Amino acid sequence: MALRGNLRDFTITQLLNLINLASKTGTLVVDGVSEQAYISFREGKLAYARVGREDGSLALVLHKANKINANQYRAIADRAGQMTDKELGLLLINAGYVSQEDILLNLQGYFTDVVRKLFSWVEGIFRFENDMLPPEGRINVRLDLENIIMEGSRQLRELEQLQDEIPSLDMALVFTDRPRTNVNLSVEEWKVVKFVDPKNTMRQIASTNKLSEIEIRRIVYGLLQAGLVELVRPAGLPAAQNPKQFPTQNKEEQKSLINKLIGRIRAM
Amino acid sequence: MQTVKMVVTGPFSAGKTQFIQSVSEIDVVATERKISSEEERSVKSATTVAMDFGRITVDEDLVLYLFGTPGQKRFDFMWEILSEGMLGFIVMVDSTRPESFREARSILETFRAYAPTPFVVAANKQDAEDAWELDDIRHALRLDKNTKLLPCVATDRNAVKTVLLELLYSILKEMESGK
Repeated sequence: MALRGNLRDFTITQLLNLINLASKTGTLVVDGVSEQAYISFREGKLAYARVGREDGSLALVLHKANKINANQYRAIADRAGQMTDKELGLLLINAGYVSQEDILLNLQGYFTDVVRKLFSWVEGIFRFENDMLPPEGRINVRLDLENIIMEGSRQLRELEQLQDEIPSLDMALVFTDRPRTNVNLSVEEWKVVKFVDPKNTMRQIASTNKLSEIEIRRIVYGLLQAGLVELVRPAGLPAAQNPKQFPTQNKEEQKSLINKLIGRIRAM
Repeated sequence: MQTVKMVVTGPFSAGKTQFIQSVSEIDVVATERKISSEEERSVKSATTVAMDFGRITVDEDLVLYLFGTPGQKRFDFMWEILSEGMLGFIVMVDSTRPESFREARSILETFRAYAPTPFVVAANKQDAEDAWELDDIRHALRLDKNTKLLPCVATDRNAVKTVLLELLYSILKEMESGK
């Protein structure tokens, strides 16, 4: 039976656990809401990972880690297109730009970050391809999954708690009318605060800022706790009554009906 | 015959069934089951698993139904069904169980997301010695100053009537303001 399904039913943490226990070799392909991720394993160990448009190449990883600058990255992409990552790695080590340890540590960090990113995906379709291995020429690592699974479990618990605090992202935010003293906000918090308006739902704010569900919930929770914002129903929604609410659509008859209820309960 | 409904919601053991029983003219049709969890059994022995159902007849043409939701989160699939077409809702919270406030807040936000109808919060068991004060509950539930937070004793018919009336006043006010 193929290993495939929906992240709503089977979390990334559960998948990693299964791959680890079964010592699987192959690639987990996850189609998220806006991106696709490829995570490869050899005998239950993380070997390689990439997400979205990033190719997970050594040049990209070293550039992101500031081991090579933008010009060097472009030059490698232009001139060393046919070179494998192993060949490129040797070239860079021999030229004294990086050490072997640099390369391994940065690749491990990058691949782990890709998996961490997946922990915040709550929607998506996954499949495990036994025959799919990392692209030719990429350097593979051998990372135990236990620590990553532990971290994922912690994030999952955090997400569950945040979902309790903020059950629906379809609510909007407004600033509270409490006096504000000097508040230090992070860049991410500013990005959210910029869009605080009854017209914007949290889901829209997250989408605009490319934040995952856990990220927007984490930021909003902080703002709520600090007393800076409160949750409101988004402005511009349909009128407060739905057709099934009252047996009549006539406003005066509706008021009369409520007054009758008031009279009846008072008299009880 | 015209019918309208209100929903009484809140965490496990907040007093929803008792609230409805205090004003319903029929014996509440309760779907209660014995509790299997030891932790929950220490709070009470039976709980609502689908809904409670009470009735107040206004006249021969109009009936108000009161629906009580199951409090445990594993039955929350019922909440959206029960909230459909409600005039408004009451969130019950047990003033003596601060450990349930967080859940009450979550339920409140969930219902606000389901339907843009007026609501009030009833702080039950206010007659108990260890009941939290209303101002403290307001902070704990993060209620703004415009949200009605009412003292309540679910076994006291008059207190229950007051909560229902306050919700009806809010509904009327919202209708008059044309929101």
